[in-house]
Amino acid sequence: MFGWTGKIIRVNLKNRSIKKEDLNMEDAKHYLGARGLGTKIFADEVDPKIDPLSPENKLIFMAGPLTGTLAACPGRYEVVAKAPLTGTIGASNSGGHFGPEMKFAGYDGIVFEDKSEKPVYLYINDDLIELRSAEHLWGKTVFETTDELLKETSEEARVACIGPGGEKMVLFATVMNDKHRAAGRSGLGAVMGSKNLKAVVVKGSKSIEVAKPKEFLDVCKDARKKLKTNPVTGVGLPTYGTAILINILNQSGALPTRNWRDGGYFEEADETGGETLASKYLVRNKGCFGCSIGCGRVSKVSDGKFKVFGEGPEYESGWAYGADCGVKELDAICKANYICNELGIDPITMGSTIACAMEMYEKGIVSKEELGRSLHFGDAEAIVDFTRMTGLREGFGNKMAEGSFRMASAYGHPELSMTVKKQEMPAYDGRGVQGMGLEYATSNRGGCHVRGYLTSPEILGIPEKLDPLVTTDKAAWLKTFQDLTAVVDSSGICLFTTFAIGLSEIAAMLRTSTGIDFSDEDVLKAGERIWNIEKLFNLKAGFTKADDTLPPRLLEEPLPGGPAKGKIAEIDIMLPEYYALRGWSEEGIPSEEKLKELTLDI
Amino acid sequence: MISPEKCIGCRSCELICSFHKNNEFNPKHSAVSVLSYEEAAVSVPVMCMQCEDPSCMKVCPVHAISKNDYGAISIDEKKCIVCKMCISACPLGNISFNSIEKKIVKCNLCDGDPQCEQFCPSGAIQYKEGTSANLNRKKVIAEKFKELFGEVED
Repeated sequence: MFGWTGKIIRVNLKNRSIKKEDLNMEDAKHYLGARGLGTKIFADEVDPKIDPLSPENKLIFMAGPLTGTLAACPGRYEVVAKAPLTGTIGASNSGGHFGPEMKFAGYDGIVFEDKSEKPVYLYINDDLIELRSAEHLWGKTVFETTDELLKETSEEARVACIGPGGEKMVLFATVMNDKHRAAGRSGLGAVMGSKNLKAVVVKGSKSIEVAKPKEFLDVCKDARKKLKTNPVTGVGLPTYGTAILINILNQSGALPTRNWRDGGYFEEADETGGETLASKYLVRNKGCFGCSIGCGRVSKVSDGKFKVFGEGPEYESGWAYGADCGVKELDAICKANYICNELGIDPITMGSTIACAMEMYEKGIVSKEELGRSLHFGDAEAIVDFTRMTGLREGFGNKMAEGSFRMASAYGHPELSMTVKKQEMPAYDGRGVQGMGLEYATSNRGGCHVRGYLTSPEILGIPEKLDPLVTTDKAAWLKTFQDLTAVVDSSGICLFTTFAIGLSEIAAMLRTSTGIDFSDEDVLKAGERIWNIEKLFNLKAGFTKADDTLPPRLLEEPLPGGPAKGKIAEIDIMLPEYYALRGWSEEGIPSEEKLKELTLDI
Repeated sequence: MISPEKCIGCRSCELICSFHKNNEFNPKHSAVSVLSYEEAAVSVPVMCMQCEDPSCMKVCPVHAISKNDYGAISIDEKKCIVCKMCISACPLGNISFNSIEKKIVKCNLCDGDPQCEQFCPSGAIQYKEGTSANLNRKKVIAEKFKELFGEVED
């Protein structure tokens, strides 16, 4: 077997059965791996109408054909389930070393079914696979759990686990691997918690082989060289991490500030950015498995009340706790981000939910008594305190644990929640970056920036510069970006590679590793197929055109200042164009012809 | 020359090493290993330091180990009987056994073109001519590793 290992593990948590199955190679060819193949298996087996926290939900860990090879940034795998936060298909991608280790143990993926009666973890050591009690780990943090499991299995093993956030089914709980890497969005950690599955520990000694070693080596060398010489992947990300974007977006007037109320410019942004992080707290760069970028930040705040030593913050968490909450103290942001990793919750949704509560407090919608304290924008201690309380579902944190949409709706103010399909939008204002607005509205997992990252052309000028303020051609760009991103996520490589390489390099890596004679078009078609199978799942789950929209604030309140002053997000112009380009009806339903073209009609 | 302060812990060196030797990806069959220390926030690529007075060479009962033209202490696979004495003899733990191919894994500097250096994204692994200046530095670093990792088993 080349590229893939050809085996998956199926675990029924209720009757504790463990089976090894052959990978369906026809599906592998059509859906590649990771996000695509995980979603295909999931959609074939699970009713889209189920409750995400019921035993009927399944939880799939899946690597791709390039995971664990010498490909560009090959450390990625995907976690797939129906998402508790959104009710959509949930697919979250993570790096680190866990995904490659799963392949070295001989498996492309693991399918978890049903629910265990008591807390368990799965231990895999090559051919040995067993469910073990995790009762002694229940209640422990991500870091404690990881350390303990490495001690009781092998220090060479890799751990993916949940923290108290997942156990308590915080709706945006993460699955954490290698301590600081997260399958972060949509609450897949809560699904893991609902199944009483505390962790997956894997150790492997097998080899991954590729079909055409010499040719594969050549294309990987070429891709790595391009990453090294590209200004973003070769200089910007290694030097300043993803948080380099904070000043860039702020200057573009598209850094959402104070729950998106004050437009896209945060006066104190520089104090929270990647440059400040590098000069004040950065200890060392860190790379995921096989990574040649090294955007990861090992950071340390040595003194003060926010003393902390961990990883991050990334751009998104730096923004969610920073500009979105109006907080300028980077040490507090580092601390809050650390607590998210420790308890296993998503910092984007967490920070945004606190920002929403801050606006509710300032508007008098929620009282000091209920919160247990005041909660003004800019309160650095609050972001730390409420993060911990939410991860543990304590006090008002219990309400925040439902995400901002449910929290604000409970007070009759859903319009204050900056969400799409109940998931918080990340750090690009769709009024100032029009394509990103369409990206959020159409993302198959709700508000999300990594489904079709149009910030790349609109702000960074990669592969060419587009005007962020116009709607022209954005639908077409978005379709291509969404399909290509589905390919990247399904191959097992990092999305950041696409700053430097594109379809031709990725297709070449897939061809030479798997031995399947994919054309570039075949590969992009696979991406489109993956996008459509996700869409079909959501349609069957009950989502309609009415859900493909943005919060009223972005549609009705023009940006008050900055380069994008006066703009609203013009979804009404772009959405019909987008549906037509996708071969979908005016209601956003894929046509018979399109399904036939993508072999999804069976 | 190894500069742990530059290492990002990505293990690209492990990948290319196993691939160069066996056309496969398997960190367990790599002659270089990256050990990461979370508390110290440091990752150290560990590999054969090509000792001046190699224990492996001395212990080999069939004289399969010799110094090659590139200054690497390398194993002649034709002579090697895979007795694994060299693994026991190496004070740095830098020789290991590939249980699938049934052969000894040891760095031979890729015949003067070390692949790990080429694929290291951060410059933590560098291959330089053994001039007296950097040979001395190598020895200083090697000594430190000897102290640090002398107890690490294969």
